[in-house]
Amino acid sequence: MNSLIPLFIVVPLGSAFIMAILGRFIKDFGKYLINLGLLFLVGLTVKLILNSQETLIYKVGGFANAGDIPIAIYMVVDGFTKILLLIISVVGFLVALYSISYTKQYTAERKFYILYSLMLAGMYGVVVSGDIFNIYVFLEIASIASYALVAFGIQKQQLEASFKYQILGGVASMLILMGIGFIYWSTGTLNLADIATQLTADTIIMKFIAVLMIVGFGLKAAIFPFHAWLPDAHSSAPSPISAMLSGVLIKAIGIYVIFRIFFNMFALSYEISMVITVLGTLSMIIGGLLAIGQWDMKRLLAYSSISQMGYVFLGVGIGMLVLAQKGNPAVAAFSILGGLFHLLNHAMFKGLLFLGAGAVEYRTETRDMKQLGGLSEVMPVTAGTSMAASLAISGIPPFNGFFSKLIIIIAAVQAGYVTLALLAVVVSIITIGYFMKMQKYTFFNNDGSFWKNKKIKEVPFTMAFAMILMAALCLGMSLLAIPTIRDIVLTPAVDALMETVQYSKTVIGI
Amino acid sequence: MKGMGIIVVKVSQIIAPVIFLFGLYVIVHGHLSPGGGFAGGVIMASAFILQILANGAILPKLRHEEHGLEFLESAAILGFLILAGLGLIISGSFVFFANFINRGVVGQLISAGFIPIENIIVGMEVCAAIATIFIALVVFKDEVSE
Amino acid sequence: MILFILCFILFMVGLYGVMTRKNLIKIIIGVAVMEYSVNLFFILVGYVDGATVPILTKGFEKGPFVDPLPQAMILTAIVIGLATTALLLSIAIRLYRKYGTFDIRKINSLKG
Repeated sequence: MNSLIPLFIVVPLGSAFIMAILGRFIKDFGKYLINLGLLFLVGLTVKLILNSQETLIYKVGGFANAGDIPIAIYMVVDGFTKILLLIISVVGFLVALYSISYTKQYTAERKFYILYSLMLAGMYGVVVSGDIFNIYVFLEIASIASYALVAFGIQKQQLEASFKYQILGGVASMLILMGIGFIYWSTGTLNLADIATQLTADTIIMKFIAVLMIVGFGLKAAIFPFHAWLPDAHSSAPSPISAMLSGVLIKAIGIYVIFRIFFNMFALSYEISMVITVLGTLSMIIGGLLAIGQWDMKRLLAYSSISQMGYVFLGVGIGMLVLAQKGNPAVAAFSILGGLFHLLNHAMFKGLLFLGAGAVEYRTETRDMKQLGGLSEVMPVTAGTSMAASLAISGIPPFNGFFSKLIIIIAAVQAGYVTLALLAVVVSIITIGYFMKMQKYTFFNNDGSFWKNKKIKEVPFTMAFAMILMAALCLGMSLLAIPTIRDIVLTPAVDALMETVQYSKTVIGI
Repeated sequence: MKGMGIIVVKVSQIIAPVIFLFGLYVIVHGHLSPGGGFAGGVIMASAFILQILANGAILPKLRHEEHGLEFLESAAILGFLILAGLGLIISGSFVFFANFINRGVVGQLISAGFIPIENIIVGMEVCAAIATIFIALVVFKDEVSE
Repeated sequence: MILFILCFILFMVGLYGVMTRKNLIKIIIGVAVMEYSVNLFFILVGYVDGATVPILTKGFEKGPFVDPLPQAMILTAIVIGLATTALLLSIAIRLYRKYGTFDIRKINSLKG
């Protein structure tokens, strides 16, 4: 099992450069290669999840530890990593399937798939790496590929959004790199597990590192005061890429690293947990309020991403607070479970919503909701799947979003943060509001005769098929709330975070 | 883009091969002395850049060059991956990047297992990448002024 | 210690440039200045007074070496910085073609 871990990086990276060479001679080579590769990786992820519960470790280069000091570059796959692997593989595969028809409008299709594979390789690298500098390197691979993909349409808006994204992303990278420098200075190691054993003193330098890391990765994850780039970048990118950016990228390179660092590397502290919870609450509220006034469909979805990421931060942050105050571990575990469940769900329904917005834009060539309306008559599949995703994100019972929001709210009440629970309920109502607005102005509101006259049809088969699969997953993932199924996927992830600095014992055995 | 005067052209013609050769030297001695694939690759690419700056070039030719360099770059990275994967198979212990070639004596030119081969591949890759970036920027600039 | 503080000041100079300049190229220069300051910081972290390069040659088999790991990391960071700067510059050139200016106040088709 262990020797399969590097495949997560080798497959997308290798296919990127194979399609750079062969794609020039064989038409449509890249799109089928990346689909096959991702199908294989979906299988591999499912196999990893079902087969083993313990932490898998792989040492690149095969160097043994010198005494207590780990020398090799570690790749670590534990429960929390597996969730992210699942998100990247499944959403990545469905988006690649959707792109088969969607990218026919671009002249440089081959380059789209090369950049897409590189972005996937970067994200896989971030989540499997157990070494903070490697996390930085893979994060930059994913970021640079996404900068280029945002500007892929080379229109005015795309270029401007990409420039803004790159400047803020560049500042974030420099802050992260500086934080890594301070970590290396004070501990003399780069391995996450080894750092955890060295970083015990609660000194001023530790606080400075924590601030650098929160600002740096917060910029990458677009939580509240650092969210300025997200609505521009996510709404200007080609729609499959918007789905990847909103559904996967901000989670893999932002949220994953924040949780990994502050649970498993730093010792839990009350201040940091408070900062994470407060930032989460603020981005939940402000993202929701800003989303109401939007008339651009993808911009509304982008603001909604900020708001939903706030839920994830809220759930996990409450868990951190309870743990840091030595409260009841069961409540903390339940709260973290809610946060991670929402992370998983958000990838599905936000991906689906962006794909739906892309389908609308693909046929009507506009995403201004004032000009749309009545599309449910001419595009039933898009309308139906988009409706399912809207219901899921607003938290209507049979769908997955309901269960994760419910768990977060119950956990907040159990932990004694009734105000936060109330705020979560209020924002949930706001969410229903703006998604009803989006549904009404896009798919209903008139009889659709305007579009019928313009001969607007349903989208091509692969796009529709990918959207239907995603809608089915939105419904099916509510099964994860059932305890027996939850124990396979979600509980190992919660355990991986709950073991806090015991992580280093599991990984390097000290 | 336009070239420069006759003196610059002649001097660059004399100097560029020397720079190129020095880049090769740095790459090949990467495992023995400071430098290696990245530094050597940059030096090699600077020889190309000097030639383009001095002689000037027309757009179609630059685009053609860019395609060739892109091919070289991808091939080099694939070579690197294959080399790393060979370690996985040949060493028999499922170790990625295992150094499976005999390491020889420290200080000799042919030693250190497959590190010199990796250096050469990295040199190719870096040289191609830097030249591609330069040519791409020149192409962009020329397209603007058209 | 004074070197570290100077390094930090250089970082702040870069950040100030990114935040206050209105010209795309000057913003890119600001990002580059930040990057150099971080690179400098890493090299200072690995520096040992009076040590030699960490390469085994005749006469220098033993004795204090500077820490080679930050240098390896910085080499990687420089490559990443190169890619970022190249991409930023190419986007800036494209923007110049669309808008005919490098002034960020005039490049404002996105709002909200």
